[in-house]
Formats: sequence, C-alpha cells, structure tokens
Amino acid sequence: MSILVNKDTKVICQGITGKAGEFHTKGCLEYGTKMVGGVTPGKGGEKIQGLPVFDTVAEAVEKTGANATMIFVPAAFTADAILEALDAGIKTIVAITEGVPVMDMVYVYQRVRASDAVLVGPNCPGVITPEECKIGIMPGYIHKRGKVGLMSRSGTLTYEAVWQLSNLGLGQTTCVGLGGDPIVGTSFIDLFQRFQADDETEAILMIGEIGGTAEEEAAAYVKEHVTKPVAAFIAGRTAPPGKRMGHAGAIISGGKGTAAEKVAALQAANIEVAESPADMGAAVKRAMTR
Amino acid sequence: MKIHEFQAKQILREAGVMVLPGVAARTPEEAAQAYQQLGGPVCVVKAQIHAGGRGKGTIKEHPQQRGVQLVKSADEARQVAERILGNTLVTIQTGPEGKTVNQVFVEAGCNIARELYLGVVLDRAEKKPVLMVSSEGGVEIEKVAAETPEKIFKAHFDPSIGLMSHQVRTLCWRLGLSGKTIRSADKFMKALCRVYVEKDCSLMEVNPLVITADGEIVALDAKMSFDDNALFRHKELESLRDLSEENPAEVRAAQAGLSYVQMEGNIGCLVNGAGLAMSTMDIIKLHGGDPANFLDVGGGANTEQVTEAFRILLGDKNVKAVLVNIFGGIMRCTTIANALLEAYKTVGFNVPLVVRLEGTEVKEGRKILAESGVDIITADDLTDAAKKVVAAAG
Repeated sequence: MSILVNKDTKVICQGITGKAGEFHTKGCLEYGTKMVGGVTPGKGGEKIQGLPVFDTVAEAVEKTGANATMIFVPAAFTADAILEALDAGIKTIVAITEGVPVMDMVYVYQRVRASDAVLVGPNCPGVITPEECKIGIMPGYIHKRGKVGLMSRSGTLTYEAVWQLSNLGLGQTTCVGLGGDPIVGTSFIDLFQRFQADDETEAILMIGEIGGTAEEEAAAYVKEHVTKPVAAFIAGRTAPPGKRMGHAGAIISGGKGTAAEKVAALQAANIEVAESPADMGAAVKRAMTR
Repeated sequence: MKIHEFQAKQILREAGVMVLPGVAARTPEEAAQAYQQLGGPVCVVKAQIHAGGRGKGTIKEHPQQRGVQLVKSADEARQVAERILGNTLVTIQTGPEGKTVNQVFVEAGCNIARELYLGVVLDRAEKKPVLMVSSEGGVEIEKVAAETPEKIFKAHFDPSIGLMSHQVRTLCWRLGLSGKTIRSADKFMKALCRVYVEKDCSLMEVNPLVITADGEIVALDAKMSFDDNALFRHKELESLRDLSEENPAEVRAAQAGLSYVQMEGNIGCLVNGAGLAMSTMDIIKLHGGDPANFLDVGGGANTEQVTEAFRILLGDKNVKAVLVNIFGGIMRCTTIANALLEAYKTVGFNVPLVVRLEGTEVKEGRKILAESGVDIITADDLTDAAKKVVAAAG
C-alpha cells in the first residue's frame, strides 16, 4: 500500500502546453505514471507527448476517467484551476505552481476542505509513490520502494532526505511535498493520519521549517495518535526574524515560528529530531530502533 | 512589500478610514510650509522609514532628537525636520546601523482620550484573516501577546464577506467602548478589513488607534505591507515602492530572479531550493561557522543567474569563503558545473570555493569541475562540505 497515489492513479496535467507542464508530463510518463491527458483552455484537440489536450477539466475527466491532476498553470490562474479540478470531480489535486496570492488560497482552502478531494500544494514538488506513480517535479530515480513515509514543506531538502534514506537502504512508501506557502491544502496532520493507517509504512519522516505553527500542531497530534516511529528535521535555525527565506511561508513574524520552538515541541512529543540536515536518514533509523 | 506611514494613510483615507490631515516633506522648508498649511497649533513631525519604534528611536547625528516630535510653530517644524532629514534613525527594529530618513510626515495633532491597538494579519492556523484589537495601544503587540495575551481580542473574517457588525460590537464590548464610538468603530474596522482584502495586504497595523475626546476613532499610525505574490494585480501600488529602504544586494538578487537575504557572517552560500538553502546555513553554524547569506538560485537557474549570484556573494566584503551546495533534481549537475566555471571566469574569485554536488548527472558534473583546472575544493556530502568551508574561511 501507499497513500494518495498508486499505479492505478490516472493523471492529467493542467497547463500541459506550457514549457514546464510539458517537460514534467514527459518526466512523469517516463517514470511510469499513468498520464492520460492534459488541459489548456483554447488548445483542445492538440496532442502533447502523445496525450490528448482538452479545453476543460470536465471534458478531460469524461473522456479519460482521470482522478488526479498536476497543475502548472501560472500563479494568477492557479486558484481557478484548482477549483475547476474540484468541480470536475478530481479527487487528488497537486498544485506545483509557485507564487499564488495567499488571499486566493483562503477561499480555495475552504472549498477543498468542505469536499472529499485532497489538495497538495501549491508551491510544492508533488507526490511520489516509488515505482508506481510520480506526480510532480522530483527526480524519480533517487527514490526507492520501501517503508518510510516522508512529508516536507521543501523541495530539494526532500530530495536530500530521500537520498539519505535510499543510501541507508530505507526506501519510501510515499513522499509528499506539502508546499512552502502560508496556506497549503494538506497539513502534516492529514498525512500523519494517512501514514499511521497505511500498513506498509513503518516509520515517518517529517521535514518542517520556520514560520507558522504547523509543526507544533503536528507534534501534539503525534503524541496522541501516532504509534509508528517518527523522526523530524526543522530547517532555518539560523534564519533571522522578519525575513522571508525563499518560501512565502518561511518567515518568523512577531517572534513566532522559530526553529527552537518547533524543535522543543517535537522533542516533547518524543519525536527523534535530526540536529543536522546530514542526519535526517540516520534519525529515521534511530527512531526505528529505539 | 512595505510602504511608508504617509502612503498607508493615503490608502486608508481613500477607503473612508478616519486619519488626520498631513503632508509629506523632503526638506525642512517643506516641513515648515506643511505646518502652515495644516494651520497648527500643534503638529507632529514623523520620520518616514520602513521600521517601527520611531517614537522611541533616536537620530544618530543628534542623539537628543527622537524620530517623532510634537511641534508648535513652523519654525520648530523646520528645525526638527532639519535634524531628522538626511540623518540616521536608529530604532529597536532597524538594528544599530539605523536607516537614513529621506522624508518626514507632518501631521495635525489631535485630542487623545484613549489609545488602542488594531492589527489585521493572516492567521495561518485558521487559514483566515483575523482582526486583532487590544486595550494596550502604543505598546509593542508582541510584548502584549507574550505577557498579557488576555488583553488581545480577535475576530476572524471571511474575505468575501468581510467583517460583520456583530463582530465589531463584540470587540467594542470587550474593549469597553460605547455610545457613538461603536458607530465610528463599525465604519473604521470594516473599512480596514476591506482594504486588507482588496489590496492583498500581508499586514496592516494601526498602533495606536486613538479615541478622541469627542468619541471619534482615528488612525494615529499606520503600517501596511503587501503579499509580494499578489503585486501583479496591483499596478497602483508599484509607485509606492521605495527601493532606498531595501537592501541593495537583495533588490539586485530579486531582479535576477534569485532569493537572497543578507546575514552577518563570512561564509557565502549558493544553494538550489529554499529548504536546502536554510539547512545549508544551519549546518555551517552547526560546524562553528557563520553564514553570510541565504541564497536560493531556484530549480532552473541558468548561467547568467549563477554568475549574478556569485557577483552578489563576492560583492559582500565580509565573505571569506563560498559554499556551493546543489542537489540536482530537475537541474542537472552538469548544467550547474558549467555555469560555475563560466561564472568563475567572468567574476574572478579571490576566496576559497567549496562545491558539493549531488543528484542528476553528478558524476559528469564532478568530472567537468575536476578537469577544469580551476582551484575548487570538492566535498562528498553535506557535513564534509560544511567542515571544509568553515576551515577555509578561517
């Protein structure tokens, strides 16, 4: 088993005719993802990478039976694209786009949470179940099928963690990039719930960063509800307050959202915290053997 | 993006929020004229910089002069402006180096009965904007939140509906406001929340908000900043940007599509991805070094961007060594290796360079560097890279 996506997931790409959309559709196809089509308004009837392009998500769903989407449309239109997918009945929506206005996400979040669909992102690398399905921009080859569930607010730092895990002989069940924005569709808690319920997942690695309180909330949840070994790393111990560190959501504001607070909350929940980013894989190993 | 107080007040005035009459001035003479135009008898001269704590801050060149001062004549307005303009204001938020003041805002005085705090921010946990008010006006809200959180009252609102009247009434009851002040508050608070949504603000703060002797509510100060991701739909805000308030290296990096934050250490970092860039700073610190910056070149950086990144890094005189940490995902290690050599040739290096490459096409990338004959210290993993760069920086 795995979470969110597997070998049967049928995926379309919204924004498939754009440079990034086409490039990563190709990457997903090469990985073995069941890509079934794409959507770009006004480009219906074309073919990209051998896949049919539709004008609307509704038509794409009707003609292909798609149940997941990978969104690459420009930031100004991302909210519309997410809600279009939702209205067309897509159940797994992965928004890669960076730079979505946060006010747009306030109402998108409410709509998505009131439905039975899942939104991952925006501003994220995507979701991958190794050897089955990759929806996103991560380099597929570093992943190995295995036992660790991974969730992260970052992109390349996740690759680093996957790399360490794979090198230690620990593969992954599913890796989810939550996204670096202040409001994202899926939280750490949502994924703890899924990984805890997933038979194949034996341990969970969570990669957080400064800003907000998502890690503290997750720590409280883990303490109450998660029985599997959990390891974590928090990026940004040296980040100065009041500065946006690349991600729109990575900012210490009003003295809140520091790495120190997060680490303390994680440790209080008996989570194995990696002190160094070079130690993430090893921390999972320690959590599994203690 | 941040703007000045007088600009924020203009936006509020247009939205129907009660603010006092005021005029921005760039010279002492303009400040004196502003006083006359406002007609006195009492005005306030306020230094305009993108940082708080101005009232308690001092002018470096005239230690007796604060950043905000009451004046009672045009002459006094001129003298105060003369001490402030072109000089450096140091406040709790500027750091010891302070900020140069290029403008002052001369504002009419008012009869203050009570000072309150009001702020609108995004509550990330609730995923909604929230209006916060407090009876502790004029004080730093972080301090109130830490010491007496029971004195802060909140109302979340839906952006498409806005703040509702019953929420205003409840907040007023908690603050002990009554009578006609409630009507004034209704207009004031709703307008602020509307501006917050319409302008895609990330922060709006009125501290203090003042209740005048005749029960009106007035924004005595105003602080506003905007969601950078939403600026594309607010062309009207473009002209309000004051680049002289921003770090020149950070502005330059932003223009090249790079994300850069200057720090105080001596180890320059060039990394792809925000999370990895933060972690790179962390691991340098962990091994006893001090990062000079945060720099994320992004997922698909090209040769021009990497070259510009090196120029910015080496432009920082504190930098004694540079660490390049790339985890090639979509970006190939070969691309970054070639860009690195190109940048090396164009920019010319005078400090040690430690490079750690991993990921897509890593073998080929390392080979390109090894065969280039350029003096590069290569590292096998994160820890090795951090140790080597800390040693190189001395």
